[in-house]
Amino acid sequence: MPQYMISVCHDDTYEVDFSTPEAQRLGTQVGAFNEELQKAGAWVFAAGLHPASSATVVRSSGGVVSMTDGPYAETKEQMGGFWMIDAADLDAALEWANRASAACEGPVEVRPAQG
Amino acid sequence: MTDELAEVFRREAGRCTATMVRVLGDIDLAEDAVAEAFAIAAEQWPRMGIPPNPGGWITTTARNRAIDRLRRESTRSERHRAAHRLHIESMHPDHNPELDGLDDLVDVVADDQLRLMFICAHPALAADAQVALILRLLGGLETGEIAKTFVVPEATMAQRIVRAKRKLHDNHASYRIPRAAELPDRLHAVLAAIYLIYTEGHTASSGQTLTRTDLSTEAIRLGRTLVELMPDEPEALGLLALMLLTEARRPSRLASDGTMVRLADQDRTGWDRTLIGEGHGLVVGCLHRNQPGPFQIQAAIAAVHADAPNAESTDWLQIIALYNQLYALLPSPVVALNRSVAMAELHGPVVGLAGLAEIDSTSVDSYQPYHAARADLLARAGHLDEAVAAYDRAIELTTNTVERGFLARQRAVL
Repeated sequence: MPQYMISVCHDDTYEVDFSTPEAQRLGTQVGAFNEELQKAGAWVFAAGLHPASSATVVRSSGGVVSMTDGPYAETKEQMGGFWMIDAADLDAALEWANRASAACEGPVEVRPAQG
Repeated sequence: MTDELAEVFRREAGRCTATMVRVLGDIDLAEDAVAEAFAIAAEQWPRMGIPPNPGGWITTTARNRAIDRLRRESTRSERHRAAHRLHIESMHPDHNPELDGLDDLVDVVADDQLRLMFICAHPALAADAQVALILRLLGGLETGEIAKTFVVPEATMAQRIVRAKRKLHDNHASYRIPRAAELPDRLHAVLAAIYLIYTEGHTASSGQTLTRTDLSTEAIRLGRTLVELMPDEPEALGLLALMLLTEARRPSRLASDGTMVRLADQDRTGWDRTLIGEGHGLVVGCLHRNQPGPFQIQAAIAAVHADAPNAESTDWLQIIALYNQLYALLPSPVVALNRSVAMAELHGPVVGLAGLAEIDSTSVDSYQPYHAARADLLARAGHLDEAVAAYDRAIELTTNTVERGFLARQRAVL
């Protein structure tokens, strides 16, 4: 079955403070969405990510490794987390994305996995 | 013969491609097979005559060529599967679609076309890609022709089509008719894409001529096909009615010197009464169904215009009521603009300008019709300086030469 990545688009300045009522509400909604995915057998893997400022870029070239601080793409919008899902086709994936967007109260991006 | 072949191609290409996409499960393979079948037709038909069922002949030939090709190239497992699917298809090589099960076949072909429309107008594709795919796959237009009608380089259009097809392929988009729950959104995308083709033909967004008849004709043909496929969809009927009623005015939209004539000044005796009659019939049919939607209401507005023997006798009260109904369904700045223009006809330019003032100006800042309408109302209200400034903005935003000439003349009169 085709797999798709549903990623959450975030402003790069976001900080997760789990104590706020807003974060609690989002956490509950996303938890319920995860359960739906699992119950439907669509769940593959999912993770929420720390802010993009926590990222390190690694380049290996000719046996030499260089590391730089920061996200690779210097854009305001960064990925805040993602789901890998199994879905029969694009329309099924988009339907899950619709629910994901509602759960995390923001836009999500859908991309098919190769293979 | 060349003309006849072109006529068959125009009529049958969409249908044959639609069937071959189902049979082969791949848009590119389907296009290649249909193109090959037409090439064989071009070679054989001048000698043998056009067969009694040209569409069936093309489809059967395309399928046979596809089998040959898949056998030849069946190194990839995907193609093996496609070849296998061809073998289990109900259409056997000896099966003559003219002779048996014609009604069933027609139903299947109709479903194929509908599926193809839905996949071409998939909401995951950008509007320009949807339009390009529809013209290419359902309209049978060459990429070069589509590029020319949209005034973009052929390479750009080719890339747009390739990218759209690849996106559908990579995303495993299904070739199916949407379920009832998804239908309203998905159908709207199909209707909107066909209407976009129509409006591009009605007032070309750029270029030297005001209209592109070929695109309008194609959009109406697609609209008719959609109505045949979904006879119970009131919005499909509404879209067709809207296009017919707008098309009816075409003969009067240009003066003999090629300049644009606006609705109020058009010679209404030049309007096509046959198209108006057909459009009217569809609007009345929609009213009986009592499931109003944006296209039906816009068609009803066009029908009210068509009813008036001259601009002065237009039933503006009725038109404003329809715009109010439309705004309730579709509260867009464009609808608010058109309603304000109608209000101005009944209550004067000051009331119209008050209506325009309620529209969020940032949303219409680069919308040419807003500035053109505002300029006209300002001029009628005697605010000449502001009117000139509004005409300047409208002219700046106009890419069509004929339309720009019209606005420049309006401005010069001030």
